[in-house]
Amino acid sequence: MFRILSKKCCLIFAIIPALVLLMSFKPLPAKSKLIIHFENYVGIRKLALDTATYINEMGQSYTVTNFKYYISNIELEYQNSKKSFVVQGSYLIRQDEENTWTVELDEIPADSYRNISFMIGVDSLHNCSGAQSGALDPVNGMFWTWNTGYIFMKFEGKSPASKSPGRIFEYHIGGYKEPTNFIRSTTLSFEKEAMTMIAAKTTQLYIKTDASKILKGSNTIDFSKMSSVTDFHYADKIADNYVNMFSIIRFSNEW
Amino acid sequence: MLAAILLFSDFAEDNPYFRITAKDVEFKIPKGFPKPVYDFKNNKLSPQAFVLGRRLFYDPILSKDSSTSCTSCHQRIATFAHIDHPLSHGINSLIGKRNVPAIQNVVWGESFMWDGGVNNLEVQPLSPITNHVEMGEDLAGVMKKLKRNSYYRKAFKEAFGDTLISSERMLKAIAQFTGMMVSANSKYDRFIRHEDTLSQIEFNGLMVFREKCAKCHREPLFTDESFKSSGLYPDSSLLDKGRAIITGRSNDEYTFKVPSLRNIERTYPYMHDGRFRNLDQVLEHYAKGDFFMVNIRPELLEARNISTLEKKEIIAFLKTLTDNDFLYDRRFADPTY
Repeated sequence: MFRILSKKCCLIFAIIPALVLLMSFKPLPAKSKLIIHFENYVGIRKLALDTATYINEMGQSYTVTNFKYYISNIELEYQNSKKSFVVQGSYLIRQDEENTWTVELDEIPADSYRNISFMIGVDSLHNCSGAQSGALDPVNGMFWTWNTGYIFMKFEGKSPASKSPGRIFEYHIGGYKEPTNFIRSTTLSFEKEAMTMIAAKTTQLYIKTDASKILKGSNTIDFSKMSSVTDFHYADKIADNYVNMFSIIRFSNEW
Repeated sequence: MLAAILLFSDFAEDNPYFRITAKDVEFKIPKGFPKPVYDFKNNKLSPQAFVLGRRLFYDPILSKDSSTSCTSCHQRIATFAHIDHPLSHGINSLIGKRNVPAIQNVVWGESFMWDGGVNNLEVQPLSPITNHVEMGEDLAGVMKKLKRNSYYRKAFKEAFGDTLISSERMLKAIAQFTGMMVSANSKYDRFIRHEDTLSQIEFNGLMVFREKCAKCHREPLFTDESFKSSGLYPDSSLLDKGRAIITGRSNDEYTFKVPSLRNIERTYPYMHDGRFRNLDQVLEHYAKGDFFMVNIRPELLEARNISTLEKKEIIAFLKTLTDNDFLYDRRFADPTY
């Protein structure tokens, strides 16, 4: 009896440390890193401020002097379920500052993803949260002080067709409250093959932002008729265009 | 010598009159007041941050040409409104479109400005700082000036623990200063708390007020935070559509934020465009009932037919809303003198 007990005890004493050891070796939920590169284009050409001339759908030539936009609450949908992994937060992509063109997301579960979604703009919560820092610091020039809220997208330039002083055009789109809610979201799917992220490795994702699409698509913008949109008037026309300006170029994994 | 003077003037906060202790920045909800909209939980009150906010409020460094500070228009003697100025002033002698509102009990504000365009107490100062007819500065310019200034480098560190000077910290400090401006100790308040009595005419005024005015100017804050038309014919040079500028809705045209009537005796002239010099003129406007009939609410029409006696009584009552404890509170005095 005693011997059996002692045998059992021995067994237990042997199993527990083994289990503890096993548990301590159990890998943490596998995480990987995603670096998203936003590459700003006009049509097939890389966007260049001031120096390059482009042509819109109306045949009107223009140059671009400023281009900035917010990307918020990035969502990755798992390949094998309808669920998504969501990264709360806002990022400001500004053409005049190259270090803002990449968004780094740590702690992404190593898994396969079907598509990526994000909001173009800033969610309503963060439009009401008072003084903020980082991408949401009003010092970035993307904040309306007369009607509190972030400017989701700024696109400015010059065109001989514009009738505004200085031949400028300026589109500042913002507004988070109905009936002037211009928050738009887009989903880009990894059509050919799922984006598979590998534990402890970095995946690079390249997204093209085609600024020419701000001026076409749902509504063709004529600089001679609509050179300035800086409040809710006609903001939907621009927002419904730029929601389609994003597309996936490619992704690659570090091996 | 010069350095000694500069040093001395930089530290007015060391003067006992301007010194702020932890007790000075305790926020208590006055008896009978609702729960505030603004929550200091996310902006922890401290003497150092309050002192920084106070200094910023009184410092013209926030304006483009260092000529105009918050207090240029928001005067302490006028409940931080602008006595005898119908429309706001600013840099380069420019004139704004609207009457300067008082600053009091702002933590209960659901929105700010006559049109309610500002949704959070903390971001309110950005509007006058960047308005080209007010302070005309851009935020990056303000930050640059503050970072160059030795007083602010020290004050931000004391308030927030490190040397970072950011717009977020500047705005939170100012919100501590303005958020602490609570007026809740007028004769009316003491009457409500059974600590004081009203005269017969003041009491009669309160009764008429409750019948004819209190639907919008709701006690105890004397505003219901809504947007209403006061029936004024729009000024043809200002063409101010009020709330509709923000919402784009036609049923908001010519409506403006219902202002609190606390300390009303001190905030003349009156209305969103400052067109009335005194309370008699305001009451006469409502009594006469010759209204611009766009987006008029029934409660305004009910306010007509105020008798001459009732007008006198209402005005006598309104003067019981003057709160000298608040108006002469040393915590809110200008430390830059």
